[in-house]
Amino acid sequence: MDCAICWGPRVTPEPVLEVRDLRIRFGGVVDAVRGVSLDVRGGETHCLVGESGCGKSVTALAIMGLLGRGAVRSSARLAFRGTEMAGLSEREMAKLRGDKIAMIFQEPMTSLNPAFTIGSQMAEVFERHRGGGRRVALDRAAGLLGRVGVSAPGLRLAQYPHQLSGGLRQRVMIAMALMCDPELLIADEPTTALDVTVQAQILRLLVELQRDLGLAILLITHDLGVVARVAHRVSVMYAGEVVESAPATDLFAAPSHPYTRALLACVPVPGVVRRDQPLGSIPGTVPRMEPGFTGCAFRARCRYAMEVCADDVPLRLQGPDHRYLCQLVV
Amino acid sequence: MLTYLLRRFVLALLVIFTVLTISFALTRLSGDIAVAIAGPAASAEDVAVIRKTYGFDRPLPVQFVEWVRSAASGDLGRSYLYREPVSELIRDRLPVTLKLGFAALMVALLVAIPLGIVAAMREGSLVDRGVMLVALVGQAMPGFWLALLLIIQFGLRLQWLPIAGAEDWTGFVLPAIVLAFSAIPALMRLTRSGMIDALSSDYVRTARAKGLSRASIVMKHALRNAAMPVVAVSAVQLGALLGGSVVIEAVFALHGVGFLAWESISKNDFPVVQAVVLFLAVIYIALTLIADLFNAVLDPRLRAA
Repeated sequence: MDCAICWGPRVTPEPVLEVRDLRIRFGGVVDAVRGVSLDVRGGETHCLVGESGCGKSVTALAIMGLLGRGAVRSSARLAFRGTEMAGLSEREMAKLRGDKIAMIFQEPMTSLNPAFTIGSQMAEVFERHRGGGRRVALDRAAGLLGRVGVSAPGLRLAQYPHQLSGGLRQRVMIAMALMCDPELLIADEPTTALDVTVQAQILRLLVELQRDLGLAILLITHDLGVVARVAHRVSVMYAGEVVESAPATDLFAAPSHPYTRALLACVPVPGVVRRDQPLGSIPGTVPRMEPGFTGCAFRARCRYAMEVCADDVPLRLQGPDHRYLCQLVV
Repeated sequence: MLTYLLRRFVLALLVIFTVLTISFALTRLSGDIAVAIAGPAASAEDVAVIRKTYGFDRPLPVQFVEWVRSAASGDLGRSYLYREPVSELIRDRLPVTLKLGFAALMVALLVAIPLGIVAAMREGSLVDRGVMLVALVGQAMPGFWLALLLIIQFGLRLQWLPIAGAEDWTGFVLPAIVLAFSAIPALMRLTRSGMIDALSSDYVRTARAKGLSRASIVMKHALRNAAMPVVAVSAVQLGALLGGSVVIEAVFALHGVGFLAWESISKNDFPVVQAVVLFLAVIYIALTLIADLFNAVLDPRLRAA
């Protein structure tokens, strides 16, 4: 991809995160995630893209083991660095979270605790996983705040979240996520709530951090513009399924699933969508999936829908590393 | 924040003035005081003398201004019954009422906060419903009735605790529990709803994503935010407990301010009634002000404003 802030591939082969056939059911009546599989490799940004309600955030929370009560998770494999996480107790999961696996969220305004200073919130995660005194933790926090581009880090440590802007708070969240040198960063729509200029800064920061620290990033977004700028690999989600997965370059060059193509037609991605083409839209919304559903979930909104779409959908290969779920052969 | 506090202070002064007016009006509305003081056997001349001595023959506005002026300078009048300044009567009886009020508040907090937390952590469970039922019963049950039940069980049957008077701390146990019961439901509901909000908040999700221990998530991150309104309301509740001790002090024969009020009401000792009402109202208002201050200290967002 020709993009100013993209970097050359420094992707390590063994996956940091392996997800196979992840399923999440809410209250026994809604299938939010229906057999998602994906890998995130070291130094790689894997973008999980889809409309609101397609199950991408739930997937992220499930990987972290942060689903609420009423959600039932099952998976054929859910492994971090080769270690299966599905059988871990809450206590063992808590040891991984914040240490090896960190997460940042969409809502920087509310994701920090209003009652505690930035310094105290950053230090506690280090103290929890690494021990050491508060002094050491605060020094590290100040260093990381500087690293993520927060001015006057020493001053910020004593401030409360309400004294910072949204962009600064998201930087604090990122710095806090880095306190224990995680190997995997899960970022759930980290730029959605921010101003456009701040969005670009935060994205650039994530790219830099990845390059310098070799982070594996699972980036959840609905914004194909974001995908085009940072992704190595893309998984497109629809109604709880990954309908297409490919290296970012392949996906933008040859989108194969009708949903991916429709999605791409809706957004002006620089270098992909031409000026003379009108922007598209996909009528309707993501359906709520109930247990027992068969066939392609997109068929109600798909312009190519056929009778055969009500049957089980085959997984097709479009290249060595490019898969999609559809009856159509491209 | 200074303007905020100043505004609260001016408001408090206005409320105190209103209380002065109402307590004055109520005692004057309850019939001819001179007749009440003189008693049924007194002659018309006696009543006239009493009326002149106490200044009841002057116009009401004059009496009111006189009452406000002396109250402002700390002179709350003299008791007809004890022939002593009311302020001294209150001062002598205040320690008992304060002990009872604080003990009741402690009991209420020690019961309400843990129960509220447990209920919130298991929202919708049997535990939660049980706790809410206790709150409902507590709210519905009159204090004097609970007092009688406890007196029968612990005072008369088991003979564990004294049923009247306050020779030592044991005399405070039953009245404090009874009084606490009136404050528990509100404090518990507040803790529960605050904790439910906090536990489902984004910052608690962040705390979980940081891998913090359950204890730290619940007792530090969630409780600190849920506690703000609880602290504020407990200051107000203390005011209500001090005021509400009238009935309980009468039932348990604790000679506090509440007992004094009960006694003076039944004996038409109206300067005392008037003064006790004013005194309890001022305490209540002061505690509300303190609650606002507490809130400002606890919530960094208010501190800056």
